[in-house]
Amino acid sequence: MKAAKINYHRANTLEDAITLATRLGGTSKYMAGGQSLLPMMNLRLTLSEAVIDISAIAALRESKAVDGKLFIGAGVTHAMIEDGKVADPARGYLKEVAGGIAYRSIRNKGTIGGSLAHADPSADWPAALLALGGSAVICGADGVRNVPLADFQLGLMQTCLRENDILQGVLLPRLSAGARWSYIKFCHKVGEFAHSIGAVVLDPGLGLANAVLGAAGSKPVALPSVSSRLAAGMSLNNLSGDEFSALVERDLAEVTEHERTSYEFHLHKTIITRAVTEALKK
Amino acid sequence: MTSISLVVNRENVVESIDDRLTLADFLRDKLNLTGTHLGCEHGACGACTVLVDDEPIRSCITLAASVEGKSVTTIEGFDADPAVEVIRDCFSAAHGLQCGFCTPGMVLTVRDILKRERCSSPAQIRLELAGNLCRCTGYAGIVKATEMARDRLKGGS
Repeated sequence: MKAAKINYHRANTLEDAITLATRLGGTSKYMAGGQSLLPMMNLRLTLSEAVIDISAIAALRESKAVDGKLFIGAGVTHAMIEDGKVADPARGYLKEVAGGIAYRSIRNKGTIGGSLAHADPSADWPAALLALGGSAVICGADGVRNVPLADFQLGLMQTCLRENDILQGVLLPRLSAGARWSYIKFCHKVGEFAHSIGAVVLDPGLGLANAVLGAAGSKPVALPSVSSRLAAGMSLNNLSGDEFSALVERDLAEVTEHERTSYEFHLHKTIITRAVTEALKK
Repeated sequence: MTSISLVVNRENVVESIDDRLTLADFLRDKLNLTGTHLGCEHGACGACTVLVDDEPIRSCITLAASVEGKSVTTIEGFDADPAVEVIRDCFSAAHGLQCGFCTPGMVLTVRDILKRERCSSPAQIRLELAGNLCRCTGYAGIVKATEMARDRLKGGS
């Protein structure tokens, strides 16, 4: 199908984009890479009358060190991260996640910020960066604010972005030398949206021990029991007994709505166990 | 309506277009470059792949207006490209096409994976080609053609 009528605008600075969106009064949509927006426009699932193209804004392509962390501009593409054109503060984790998103021709246009702002529950960056403990840098009419990613996504395609706000980028911690991570997803076909995502980041130096489940509900969620167990110190030997299995089941019963006997419950359990195993192997 | 100015297959183009027009429809309907095919129109099949500033993108989910000032190369723009010449020969020799609908997208994707050296094994080639769907030839010939092209280009012939 073809998209419905729209008016196309291009903004060259963040200020221009916000001014334009304010003038258009809630009928517009910001477009970064457009790799989720355009399919939705073609399928007539969006009702915006105007598109504001923010892909030419130089400030959104920046990446820089900020107070010991790394800021990655929202307009940085998946391919730029995959190719190492942007520093990876997480010791290969971002590169691994980026290289597994959809297909190369999508990764050449799709952006890290666009993925977070679109907030698809099965997308890669929301789950991956939640496990890394990043925060969102949001530019609004009244200035810039930081929001931890745990508070950024509110639900299915819903974020804390207010009308006309632009996600300017993400602030990510630099993992220590002893940090371990894994990112496992299950897809029937390479490149499709995942049916389950397991993201694990362990960095005792930074006090990070996060196990996150994605593609399981309206948004990615941290698994409290598994994360605490990882924080207490775990080795591969601890995975074989019933104790760990019971912890995963307890978390899944708490954070998902799937029956214990369902295919989905079993799938998520398998993916989380695999993700924890891979992280501990490193 | 928006006026756009861009380069298509090394020629300057200035056109007035409807804002909602995709790059794929712009190429096909305004410039009559019908080698760019439309399969799914939501970014899943890869038939509409073209290069923008030398990188493959999906023209069905790219607004023509957003390509202002950029350089687009479609399958028609590769007559003098040494890599595509080899890839074309190998697709023919290895039975890499039958109906030809997916072929323009396949050829441009194969050119990109050879360039990025993501073609060391049949498994890696299949992984990299996962975003380009073929519904009649089957992938065996396409993977074979990619391997042949890789070897011939490496050998410098």
